[in-house]
Amino acid sequence: MNFKNIIMNKQEYTITVYTENQIGLLNRIAIIFSRRKINIESLNTSPSEVDSVHRFTIVINEIEDVVRKLCRQIEKQVEVLKAYYNTNEEIIWMELALYKVPTEIIAEEVKVERLLSQFGAKAVVIRKDYTVFEVSGQREETDAFIKVLEPYGLIEFVRSARVAIIKDSDGFHKKLKSFEYKEPGETVIENEFLDKNQEVFSM
Amino acid sequence: MWVQQICLVFIENKNIIMDTLELTKEKKTKAAIENISGSEAVLRAFVAEGVDIIFGYPGGAIMPIYDALYDYNDRLQHILVRHEQGAIHAAQGFARVSGRTGVVFATSGPGATNLVTGLADAMIDSTPVVCITGQVFAHLLGTDAFQETDVINITTPVTKWNYQVTDAKEIPSVLAKAFYIAGSGRPGPVLIDITKNAQLQLFEYEGYKKCDHIRSYRPKPIVRKEYIEQAAKMINEAERPFVIFGQGVILGKAEKEFQKFIEKAGIPAAWTILGMSAIPTNHPLAVGMLGMHGNYGPNLLTNECDVLIAIGMRFDDRVTGRLDKYAKQAKVIHLDIDPSEIDKNVKATVPVWGDCKETLPILTDLVQQKVYPQWLQKFTDCMKKEEGKCIKAEMNPDTEILTMGEVITAINELTKGEAVIVTDVGQHQMVACRYAEYNKSKSNITSGGLGTMGFALPAAIGAKYGAQERTVIAIIGDGGIQMTIQELGTIMQFKPEVKIIILNNKFLGMVRQWQELFHQNRYSFVNIESPDFVMVAKGYGIEGKSISKREDVKTVLKEMLDHKGSFLLEVIVGKENNVFPMVPQGRGVAEVVLGKDEL
Repeated sequence: MNFKNIIMNKQEYTITVYTENQIGLLNRIAIIFSRRKINIESLNTSPSEVDSVHRFTIVINEIEDVVRKLCRQIEKQVEVLKAYYNTNEEIIWMELALYKVPTEIIAEEVKVERLLSQFGAKAVVIRKDYTVFEVSGQREETDAFIKVLEPYGLIEFVRSARVAIIKDSDGFHKKLKSFEYKEPGETVIENEFLDKNQEVFSM
Repeated sequence: MWVQQICLVFIENKNIIMDTLELTKEKKTKAAIENISGSEAVLRAFVAEGVDIIFGYPGGAIMPIYDALYDYNDRLQHILVRHEQGAIHAAQGFARVSGRTGVVFATSGPGATNLVTGLADAMIDSTPVVCITGQVFAHLLGTDAFQETDVINITTPVTKWNYQVTDAKEIPSVLAKAFYIAGSGRPGPVLIDITKNAQLQLFEYEGYKKCDHIRSYRPKPIVRKEYIEQAAKMINEAERPFVIFGQGVILGKAEKEFQKFIEKAGIPAAWTILGMSAIPTNHPLAVGMLGMHGNYGPNLLTNECDVLIAIGMRFDDRVTGRLDKYAKQAKVIHLDIDPSEIDKNVKATVPVWGDCKETLPILTDLVQQKVYPQWLQKFTDCMKKEEGKCIKAEMNPDTEILTMGEVITAINELTKGEAVIVTDVGQHQMVACRYAEYNKSKSNITSGGLGTMGFALPAAIGAKYGAQERTVIAIIGDGGIQMTIQELGTIMQFKPEVKIIILNNKFLGMVRQWQELFHQNRYSFVNIESPDFVMVAKGYGIEGKSISKREDVKTVLKEMLDHKGSFLLEVIVGKENNVFPMVPQGRGVAEVVLGKDEL
C-alpha cells in the first residue's frame, strides 16, 4: 500500500454510523461536517439490521485523514455507537431515482421496452398525462437515464441518498452485545501510523 | 396498628398472619410511589447527586422549579447571580476547584442564550457542568412564543450532550444521564431543557437511580497494555525525553500517579496553561509552561527532545505554534482518554488510550529509574537566558511604574502558593500564569481554550464556594472586569470572600501588544477608559483600594488578604509593557523570542 497516496487523495468515502434513535442526533452529526466546511454529498438514515439501532449513510469527498478524524468526532457523540468509513470499492452501494415524463410523447416516440431492459427501469405509474419510471443503481446509471429522457420533456427528476452495505462487515449484532456490556469495549481505533514517524511528518 | 390487632386475633394461625404481613408490605410499596411534580424530581435528583449549590437566575419558564426550590432551602443553596453568563462561569469555577459537577439554572430564551459563552468555554476546557433551562409549554414549541428559543439546537455544538424534556416522567432518568455524562470520561457541559408543562406535571415517582452505563457511550477506552509497553520501551531508550502535560492529569485526579511517573523516569515536565498546578510549580522536574507566552526552555527544547510524552493535553495551536515545525525530530507518545484527540493535531508514534489514572501506574512500573542531568541542565540554561532578558525587566524594572509581574511575585510571597488564583484573559493572565507559584492541584483557574474575557470574576465566586477553606484571588484586567462587573452584586449579596485584583494598564493590553508588534503601532480601539473601580466596589459595599507605588504593593496586598470579606484592589501598572517570551503566530516553537528586538 502506498501510504502517502492514501492520505493525500480526495475521493468519495461512505461513512456508516450506527446510532440510537434520538431527536436532534441528525443535527449533532451534521454540524460535525458543517463546522469544518465539508459538504455532505448524500445522507440517508434508516433502521439497521439490529432492532432499535439506526444507521446513517453519509457520502463525502475528502482525503482519508480528514475522514478518519470526522469518524472519531462522530463516534465521540454520546448517542453514536460506532462509525465506519469505506471507499467505494469496499461497499456495495446504490441510489434510487424517479423520472416523470409525459406519457403522450413517450408512448409515441420512445421504444419503452428497450428503455426498460437497457436501464433496468421500471414503470411505477402510467397515467394518461404522465408516466413515472424508476431506476436503481449507481450514479452513472441514473445519470445516463436522465440523458435519455431529457429530449422527451422530463417533467420531474429526483434521486435518493445512497444506501450502502459494507462488504467486509459481519453486522452489528455482536458488537451491540459488547456495547451493552458495562466494561470498556475491545474496539479501539488502530493506529496505522505506528512506527511510521518519518512518513507521518512528511505530510 | 391494625396489623397488631389482626396478629392478636389470629395469633394461632401463622399462615394468616404471614399473609396479612405480605399484604401490608405490598400496600406499603404502593404507597411509596408518590406523585410529585417534575420540578420536585429535578431537585431530588440534585440531592441524590450530592449537589448542594446552584448558580442561577429565575424567569418565567423556570418558575415551577424555583417554586419547588423554595422548600429546599435547607439542602440546596442558591446563588442568585446578576447575569446568566455569571452563573455558568461560577459553576465552572466551582467545578474546576472542587472536581465536582457545577449546576446552573436559567430560564428560557434570553436566559438560555446567555449561557452559550459559558457552555462553549466549558466544552473546550472540559469542565463538568449541568445546566437546567426552562422552556415554554410543550404545546407552544415552535410557535415563537414569548421567550421561546430553540435552545437545544443553539447549544448542540457547545455541549457534550443536551436533551429536551417534555414529559416529567423522563426527568429522573434524564438527569441521571446528565450527571453521568457531564462528569465521566472527558468531562463537559450538559444542558437539559425542560418545558414548563413537564415542570408542573405530577407523575408517579419511583425513586432516583444513578446512571453508570449508557450503551452508546464509552467514557473510557480500554487500556491496551501492548501500547504502554511500546511507550515504556521508547522512554527507556530515550536520551532526551520530555513530558508535556495538560488538564487531563487534574481531571483524571492522577496528580500523584503523574508525579511518581516523572520522578521515577527522571523526565523534565512542562505544563499547558490548564495543566498548571497539577504538580507543585517548584518541583525539581518542573520546567515551566508551554505555549505562546510560556517559558523559553519548554518551547525551544520541544524541538530538541527525542521522545515527547504528551499526557492529558490536546496540542492546542497556542501550544504547538506552526504544526509542520513542531517536534518533527521526536517520537510522540500521547496519553489521552479521548480517542478523537489522538492524531488530531500531532501524529502519535505510540497512542496510549485510557484514563491516565490507570495508564500512568502501568507505565511507571515499566520505565527504568533514570536521571538526565545534562538534558535538565539545558532547561536550566534556557531559564537563565529568560531570566536575563525577560524576567529581570518584569521583576526589577528601572522605572517607578509597577509591572504585573511584581504584583504576582508579591502574591506568591504572601500566599506561599496556597491560594486559588483565578485569572481572566489577556496580558495579566499570561503574566499570572508565568509567575504564579502553586503547591496544590486545582489552584489555577482560567479560561484557556475559549479565552473568555469576563470569566474571572464570576469564576472566582464559584471557586470560593468550591473551596471555602482556601483563599481565592481573582486577577483581572481593566478590560475583562468591565465585561462581568455586575457580579460584584452577587458578592455584595452572598458575601463569598473573593479577593479581586485589577491590573490596570489602561489598555486592552494583549491586543495592544499585537498592534505594537505586528501592526506598526496602529493602536486601533484598544484605549479603554475605566470607572473609578474603588468607588464602584464601595457602591457594592466591597472594601477597595487603588495603588500605583512600589512600596505599597506588599502592605496593601497583605491588608487585602487579612481583610475579612471581599476586597477589590486596583494596581496601576505600566501602560505599554509587553509579555515575553513569545512564539509569534505562524512560527514554530523553536522560534520563540525573548524580546521585541528578536522579532
